[in-house]
Amino acid sequence: MLLNQFLILGAVLFSVGVYGVLARRNGVMVLMSIELMLNAVNINLVVFGVQHGVVSGQVFALFVIAVAAAEVGVGLAIVLLLYRNRTSIDVEDFDLMRG
Amino acid sequence: MVAQNIFFGIISAIVVISAVRMVTTRNIVHAALYLVAVLAGLGALYVLLTAEFIATTQVLVYIGAVMVLFLFGIMLTKAPLGNVMEMTGKQWPIAIVVAALLGGVTIYSLLNRFGSDRLVTDGPIYRTADVSDEVFSTYIVPFEAVSVLLLAALIGAIVLARKD
Amino acid sequence: MWMLENAFLIPLIPAISFVVILFFGKRFIGADRVHVVGITALGLVWVLSAVAAFQWTQRVENPPPDAIVQVQHHGDDHGDDHGDDHGDDHGDDHAAASGHSGDGHGDGHGGGHSSPLIRPVISTFSDWWSNAGVTFAVGTFVDGQTVLLLMVVASISLLVHIYSTEYVKGDRRYVHYYAFLSLFTAAMLFFVMAQNIIQLIVGWELVGVCSFALIGHWWEEKPNTDAALKAFLTNRVGDVGLLVGMIVLWGTFKTFDIDVINTLISTNPGAHHFALLVAACCLMAAVASKSGQFPLHTWLPDAMAGPTPVSALIHAATMVVAGVYMIARLYPVFYEGFSIGTSSINLMAFIGGFTALIGAGLAFAQWDIKKVLAYSTVSQLGYMVMALGVGAWTAAIFHLFTHAFFKACLFLGAGSVSHAAHHTFDMRKMGGLRKDMPHTYRTFVISSLALAGIFPFAGFWSKDEILLGSLVGQENGYPLMLIFGCAVALMTAAYMTRVIWYTFHGEYRGHGHPHESPKVMTVPLWILAGMAVLAGAFNLPGPVLEPIGLEGLAHRIQTYAEPSVYLNGLGLSHPDPSLNMALVGLALALSGILITYLYYWRRLGLHGLTERNRYARRGYTILENKYYLDHLYNDVVVETVKRPLAKWANRFNQNVLDRTVNTAGETARDVGRWVYKWIDQGAIDGSVNAAARGADSSGEGLRSIQSGKVQNYGQLLFGAAAVLAIVFVIVV
Repeated sequence: MLLNQFLILGAVLFSVGVYGVLARRNGVMVLMSIELMLNAVNINLVVFGVQHGVVSGQVFALFVIAVAAAEVGVGLAIVLLLYRNRTSIDVEDFDLMRG
Repeated sequence: MVAQNIFFGIISAIVVISAVRMVTTRNIVHAALYLVAVLAGLGALYVLLTAEFIATTQVLVYIGAVMVLFLFGIMLTKAPLGNVMEMTGKQWPIAIVVAALLGGVTIYSLLNRFGSDRLVTDGPIYRTADVSDEVFSTYIVPFEAVSVLLLAALIGAIVLARKD
Repeated sequence: MWMLENAFLIPLIPAISFVVILFFGKRFIGADRVHVVGITALGLVWVLSAVAAFQWTQRVENPPPDAIVQVQHHGDDHGDDHGDDHGDDHGDDHAAASGHSGDGHGDGHGGGHSSPLIRPVISTFSDWWSNAGVTFAVGTFVDGQTVLLLMVVASISLLVHIYSTEYVKGDRRYVHYYAFLSLFTAAMLFFVMAQNIIQLIVGWELVGVCSFALIGHWWEEKPNTDAALKAFLTNRVGDVGLLVGMIVLWGTFKTFDIDVINTLISTNPGAHHFALLVAACCLMAAVASKSGQFPLHTWLPDAMAGPTPVSALIHAATMVVAGVYMIARLYPVFYEGFSIGTSSINLMAFIGGFTALIGAGLAFAQWDIKKVLAYSTVSQLGYMVMALGVGAWTAAIFHLFTHAFFKACLFLGAGSVSHAAHHTFDMRKMGGLRKDMPHTYRTFVISSLALAGIFPFAGFWSKDEILLGSLVGQENGYPLMLIFGCAVALMTAAYMTRVIWYTFHGEYRGHGHPHESPKVMTVPLWILAGMAVLAGAFNLPGPVLEPIGLEGLAHRIQTYAEPSVYLNGLGLSHPDPSLNMALVGLALALSGILITYLYYWRRLGLHGLTERNRYARRGYTILENKYYLDHLYNDVVVETVKRPLAKWANRFNQNVLDRTVNTAGETARDVGRWVYKWIDQGAIDGSVNAAARGADSSGEGLRSIQSGKVQNYGQLLFGAAAVLAIVFVIVV
């Protein structure tokens, strides 16, 4: 197997995640796309851990998973709060900071 | 080797197709289900990479917990369950350009740097015990920090989401 | 040597006592009997400390083979072979360091050292935790300095515990009082046997928080809470210095181990000089806050708001000696950092000497007996720091030792006086108490004589050594420090005589009838007074003992306590005892007493000078206001931060500026009209308007980017990242 197989898969997933974050209007969908990006990073961590024969890669992947869980929790709470206050989770509606 | 390559091909195809469908589908519940497919595929890839503990955690935490959270989020925000035309914003062409630029430059530099380097397949295999040894010795402080972070996130989520 | 290796038991006992008193005191023991737990624990601590001290002397007398450092005479050819890679492997470093350390310079100086170089007993129990290759160990470090402090802390704390049973009897927070007394002792004991600088920091902060709790013991009254907060916050200022200094030490030596740090410095003097200078300056800030050195000494007198036994504990044994102790413990850092060996003035010696001087000056203007004693402590701590600054290590530790006893005795005596005289500390409401309180009077006078440095009391011997140390110094003498020291010796004797006059002589000026304190208070006083007489015997100079054939007992503290391993590696020398210096010191103290005696008893001298003479009054006012340092901190430093210059600017504006401005304004208006008409409207406005129009249109253009939508910002962010990445790919 080539190292690049995994790395390019990660890059593709990351780009897809970026597209999702930038293009989707639903707040929950944006969060899901962020999860996709985090997972793309995880692949890289694990693959490089294997490549260098160290366990730190896996450890950091674990930390990323833990941080992602925290992020989803807070993110969804924020989306919920937005929905409660504005009865909408369309991120295009939220432009209070327009110049 | 060949078997692994075949499996990698199948899994990565599933992952990429599901990911693309996830960001393009008009049904949000479908999107969530596609995300499950992506996450499960990645879990399988971790097994392929001999990272058993990460694979298990992926299944337990992501597919088990995070996805349920997402489904609850979808439910509680009364997101339209059927097909909706307006799932993608008007600026999707810019988003595609940006994503393509980013992906293109990343892939280019990866190919440039790693070319046809082979993955080390005869390196040490780290079992769950090894991972835990590392977490609870070398990385004990970051581990404690993460646990505090999770607690903070938990409290923060409750404070944000409760009705009062 | 069991006790030395298991010294961790000593701080453990009062820590357990703290937990027991705090959590089970009220319920199971009874609120009015918790002192039994504390006193039992302290008694145990005292016994264990005594055993440890005895075993240490045994170790010095008959050193086991592994305790002796092989003396190697090495010249100046040791290069920078202690590079950057030490620290990870303590064991190797110990072995290597002990092999290298020696007394390359020791022989060239008078006095010299007679004892072999004895290594401290270091027990590392386990690695506390480790992260990314840095290991934090926990353990004990016992040498002569440690056991000396153990004895001081245990003795003073035990006596304070006993004394307090009467003094705070019936207090509403009796249980908390004893709990924190125990914790305070435990923290200090933990601090003195710290094996690494992390433990030093922990012990340091623990001591600080305990003093906060005890100073604010009667927190119902606002001044007490203020005093506690002031003590705490002032210490925080210094703690920044402590942390930075410790980080610099770690960055330089890549280890936390005190032994390794000291050995590395003393075996390789001259290396890392700048880093050590920075570290020493930072640590000096910490010492200034903890040990009440100028300019951070202002919290110490306010800390008198706490119960008097606590003041005795803080001033004699625990809190304030922590700073002095830390200098002594990390002495190679300061010795190299401030170039103590070769300079004739340095920051530490100057701060110490200056503090001694201003502290003694302030002690004259106080009416509160405890505040006089507090400034006296400031002054004496300055003495110790000065002694360390001139290289007289043993003299400083010796003075710490003797000072602990007579200062504790003085504080407890002041407590006894106030206990008798209706809880006042104002000397104007005392007087004539010597007849009613004979025990308190006698112990107080003995301790005052010891503090003043009168032969043969304890203070005489230690003060003499400090003065001698500043006269001789290491390579150069410290003449300025000698002048400071002599002036302080005179002043100390004078202000203590003043206190005795106001408190015990003349007519009673208070109300009610004063009475002697009960035995439980006077017995500790007599024990401490006895030590104030005898403590000097622990480090008598040789010539004094020769006539009676006991010269083997000379310089016991120097023999046992001085960490020869490090200090002789640095070439620390000891001056020969000098009869002339001793006579000068004694004469100064006696003349101080004599002047004050004549002034108060015989009504001689310039009475009412402050009323008659403008300059004398002004000087007195400055002293009364403590050199306006508190005003400086509160009114200048704090206020400018709080209300940045607004008040000042406003007042200045209305009184001075306004009038000038008004006249100037009217002239200016006429000129202005003309300018407006011709220059402003014509030339300037035109260009300004053009610029504004330009900014307006470009702003309109850029406004569309500020859509307020997250995703647009995201597009810009990721797009910019991609473009940057492309640039890097192309360029690199």
